[in-house]
Amino acid sequence: MSRVLDIRDLYLRFRGYTGVTDVLHGISLHIDAGERVALVGESGSGKSVTARIVLGILQELRTARIEGSLEFEGQDLNKLTRRQWHALRGTAMSMIFQDPTSSLNPVFTIDTQFAEVLRRRDPDLSNADATSRAAELLESVSIHDHARVLKSYPFQLSGGMNQRVMISMALANRPSLLIADEPGTALDVTVQAQTLKLMHDLVEESRTAVFFISHNLGVVREFADRVYVIYRGRIVEQGPTAAIFENPGHAYTRALMAAVPRITGGGIPEINDVNPAFLDPLVRHDGDAI
Amino acid sequence: MKRTMIILLSNPLSLLGVILVLLVVVLAVFADFIAPFPEHRGSVVDFVYFNKAPTARNIFGSDLVGRDLFTRVIYAYRISLILGVVVLAISMPIGTVVGLLAGYLGGKVEFVLMRLTDVFLSIPPLVLAIAMMGVLEPTLMNAMLAVTAMWWPWYARLVYNIARSECEEGYVLAAEVIGASTFHIVFREILPNCLPAIITKMTLDMGFVIIIVSSLSFLGLGVQPPTPDLGSMVAEGARYLPDSWWLTVFPGLAILIAVFGFNLIGDALREIFGAEQ
Repeated sequence: MSRVLDIRDLYLRFRGYTGVTDVLHGISLHIDAGERVALVGESGSGKSVTARIVLGILQELRTARIEGSLEFEGQDLNKLTRRQWHALRGTAMSMIFQDPTSSLNPVFTIDTQFAEVLRRRDPDLSNADATSRAAELLESVSIHDHARVLKSYPFQLSGGMNQRVMISMALANRPSLLIADEPGTALDVTVQAQTLKLMHDLVEESRTAVFFISHNLGVVREFADRVYVIYRGRIVEQGPTAAIFENPGHAYTRALMAAVPRITGGGIPEINDVNPAFLDPLVRHDGDAI
Repeated sequence: MKRTMIILLSNPLSLLGVILVLLVVVLAVFADFIAPFPEHRGSVVDFVYFNKAPTARNIFGSDLVGRDLFTRVIYAYRISLILGVVVLAISMPIGTVVGLLAGYLGGKVEFVLMRLTDVFLSIPPLVLAIAMMGVLEPTLMNAMLAVTAMWWPWYARLVYNIARSECEEGYVLAAEVIGASTFHIVFREILPNCLPAIITKMTLDMGFVIIIVSSLSFLGLGVQPPTPDLGSMVAEGARYLPDSWWLTVFPGLAILIAVFGFNLIGDALREIFGAEQ
């Protein structure tokens, strides 16, 4: 199986007025072709910055210091020029966000925005072709009245509708890696489940690898093949989803699972913010080749 | 666009604004056909009708050398509108580009552009214009230059603030992620979101530019005689108040009507665009 993404010993520091803040302390992870990998952790643990480093967006921030090796489909991302990296975005790798409605520009119709996405790969695409291609893609995310949706502005559609539009746009150019940064956290639970199911089927079909960032363990369990648990910029546990959920080895992972509110009630468990055991070394589960 | 027009025409206040502005524009554009004495816009002397109160022949009265005041007001509108359009057509794009680049790029670009803008903003507008006109020759061209120089920073400031807040919106990040160029993000993603505010400000500013240009002319630094200008006409007539009241009242009213009309439309647009967001 070929590697889509391979991150080794990634360090990230932010230089601010008050000194240097360490954010990532040497994290390593990899994603194979067609694989769905989740990165789980609390707010501020370094999930989203990792995604932004892969896309090369954080590198443009002058206060960010980034070290470590990044390989995408066998090529060293650090050796790419800005222009080459830029060319990968929206074609070979794409991303979907938490809040689908704000991710679409309110002054353009879906039609226009779809055409712009499609022209990333195919600059000479005619308007008519773009529209018919967009309709096809919307059909694949179960939007059947595409004529109306394409003519709508983002604020005229529901959140779930926008999320599906975003998913179809993100997959429009058949990327080999899709980064999903807490997709649908801004949506209600039923819609979230629906869109995840759709996304699951679509990536299965197109063999797109998914880097799934989330703090929702329930969603992760359903969606991911493999899980990395991140705490304070360190990977604390990694392995196949089933192995981690059945037998969480790290104190932090156990605390994270205990923190999930039960539908049967019983209150939210008391968890100490800081526990020396959270800083224990990495726990690896079997079946995870390094 | 069509919807905006309908709302504009269905509200009595904004309808009044549209009517006033249309009146001014029609007078200015068709001045040659409407004015009873087109030759009076130049240096003509007619001592028979020297300084006459309004009559059927001169409905606004006549000035100190016997020229028809109505004719001169109409031609003055033409100058004012041309000035307003030219000033805004130059200062709006400059200010918008400066504001967009500073707002989106941030860092050094923002620092240099916005501090430069602050320098211009820190000088009171009229003082800056007077200083410029003092150095340059007081001609129509230079009046435009001076007003433009004091006008663009306001657009830069306005657009900068909107661009900064639009940058926080998800669609800008989404566009970056998909590999859109800086040019695309600035002009195709952020700019369209700034347009309602820019259009509203331009409408309001038409009135203010007319006032500023009139103020400059009132001080003798703007449009020079014999070219008719509302400001210089008021200034000239002010010396003969209250006896020859028509010399000041009619040009003054003319300024009022134009500014009032543009402001009514501007206010209405602000409400309409504001309600949409």
